[in-house]
Amino acid sequence: MAITAPITVRSHPAHPVAVRGVGRTFPPRDRGGRAKAVLADVDLDIAAGEIVALIGASGCGKSTLLRQVSGLDAPTAGQILIDGTPVAGIDDRCAVAFQEPRLLPWRTLAQNVAIGLPRGTDRTAGAQRVTELLELVGLGECTGYRPRQVSGGMAQRASLARALARNPGVLVLDEPFGALDALTRLKMQDLLLEVHAAEPTTVLLVTHDVDEALYLADRVVLLGRPDGAPTSAPAGVRSVVTVPGARPRDRADAQLALLRAQLLEGLGVPSHHVAHDADAHHSI
Amino acid sequence: MTIPGSIGTGPVVDRHGKPLRALNQFDARAEEPVAVQDDAPPAEVLVTEHGTAAVERPRPGSRASGRVRRIGLSLVVPVLLLVAWHVATEVTGTFASYELPSPGSVVAAGVELATRENGPTFFTHIQISVQRVLIGFVIGSVTGLAVGALVGLSRLADGLLAGTVGAVRAVPSLGWVPLLVLWIGINEDSKVLLVAIGAFFPVYTTVASALRHVDPHLVEAGRAYGLRGTSLLLRVQLPAATPAVVSGLRLALAQSWLFLVAAELIASSMGLGFLLTDSANNGRVDRILLSLVTLAVLGKVTDALIGVVEKRLLRRW
Repeated sequence: MAITAPITVRSHPAHPVAVRGVGRTFPPRDRGGRAKAVLADVDLDIAAGEIVALIGASGCGKSTLLRQVSGLDAPTAGQILIDGTPVAGIDDRCAVAFQEPRLLPWRTLAQNVAIGLPRGTDRTAGAQRVTELLELVGLGECTGYRPRQVSGGMAQRASLARALARNPGVLVLDEPFGALDALTRLKMQDLLLEVHAAEPTTVLLVTHDVDEALYLADRVVLLGRPDGAPTSAPAGVRSVVTVPGARPRDRADAQLALLRAQLLEGLGVPSHHVAHDADAHHSI
Repeated sequence: MTIPGSIGTGPVVDRHGKPLRALNQFDARAEEPVAVQDDAPPAEVLVTEHGTAAVERPRPGSRASGRVRRIGLSLVVPVLLLVAWHVATEVTGTFASYELPSPGSVVAAGVELATRENGPTFFTHIQISVQRVLIGFVIGSVTGLAVGALVGLSRLADGLLAGTVGAVRAVPSLGWVPLLVLWIGINEDSKVLLVAIGAFFPVYTTVASALRHVDPHLVEAGRAYGLRGTSLLLRVQLPAATPAVVSGLRLALAQSWLFLVAAELIASSMGLGFLLTDSANNGRVDRILLSLVTLAVLGKVTDALIGVVEKRLLRRW
């Protein structure tokens, strides 16, 4: 996806994130029920400006962990530090984009993006910033549209612009492209990389898509239960994979194909990967 | 309309006739900036200056004629009723004038009331009734909005108040009259208060339930962007509930007219409700019909006015 407008370079605060022994246990739903431990002892350090992808089987607590980082929910154990200070409640340094665009249907795209602006932003400066961000995500022509008048991909781009309007130190993305069609998803991935190059904030994203994780992230974190643990056991960090190669990466890279096979096995999905293929590529 | 770059529209070329490079997602930058690509808005949705979708609006000519047709259609039944009424009273004489006076004599009664020298004229009755309805409606709906918001947003208030308010709601309008007369007295206040009670409940019910059912996803998104308390209410919850609030206001206005007649049936010396009871006591069937028709017309007119407001308010939804 092409960026049609020059991007104003801004001094951008990218914050490191430290997850220290975080656990989240949900109270029982009804009397006599059992408390459900979703996460336990999660430790993770994310450097400022890094892109980290969280992957894991459905229901393993990826989104729960994101909610702890963004302050939408509070951990029952441990704590999360952004730039050295603990997260308590909704954090100004964090911006979230959800799987659904969640735009306010009665506002135009520009007005929706303006919601993301930090409190007390000067009116003209705010309007200028909104225009700039909408151009950054390729919606410069569509500022006056309402969410129901645009496609899902466009709405999701507006949602990304809204998150960026917050000038976040940490950008938290919960399966941001999960609801999009395959082609739009590939374009959005490139858009995210362009946005990250223009505004290099720390990005923590959840995805179901191993290829997406390998294409976007500096490191991929596999969340899950320990091997052999019962299904009611809480999830933790199974492994952290550092993805080789500078972005933009070749989606067909053999090294990535090998990592992909490993991660899929880690997710409990047989990859049917034939190892000598990769070896053949290495020998070239 | 062909959207450049859309799939299935034939050869995909740019305006120079070259293959459109931007279509290749691995291609970081298109040679020519392509503003709107395949995920452009659906072709049929065109946006006008005011941001409304043009597709929902047919050509101006056909729209105007459609409106005339609708108004004409809605007048058919009243005109037929009027003709039947006239025929049954004046032509065939099926009904005696003490049973059902003719339309002509109802109009004559109106003219007589409007021009009389002593006592309140027809217009005084209308004026005082409209005044009571409007003041009562405003007081009742503002209170309904406030209490509805409280019950809709706070679980504590919901638990404390919802049951009691629901029980009070079940009291019929006339049931309030003796108490209001006893406590407030026979004056304007007691009548306006009764109308306010009538306006309160529809607004209260719709606001409380609409706020309770605002999309939790939107509320969470609002919270994630630092909105809370009043700012969350004003920016997310109330706008999301607006369609329901407006229809609650519409119901409340209709109910205000019902409660007005209840208020004026007892202990009043002016107003359409008074005209109704007074005429019934004096056997003036023509004036009874006059006040009923006036109430019907006034109710319909105020409803139409609020309908216009509704359309303007909800244009964005």
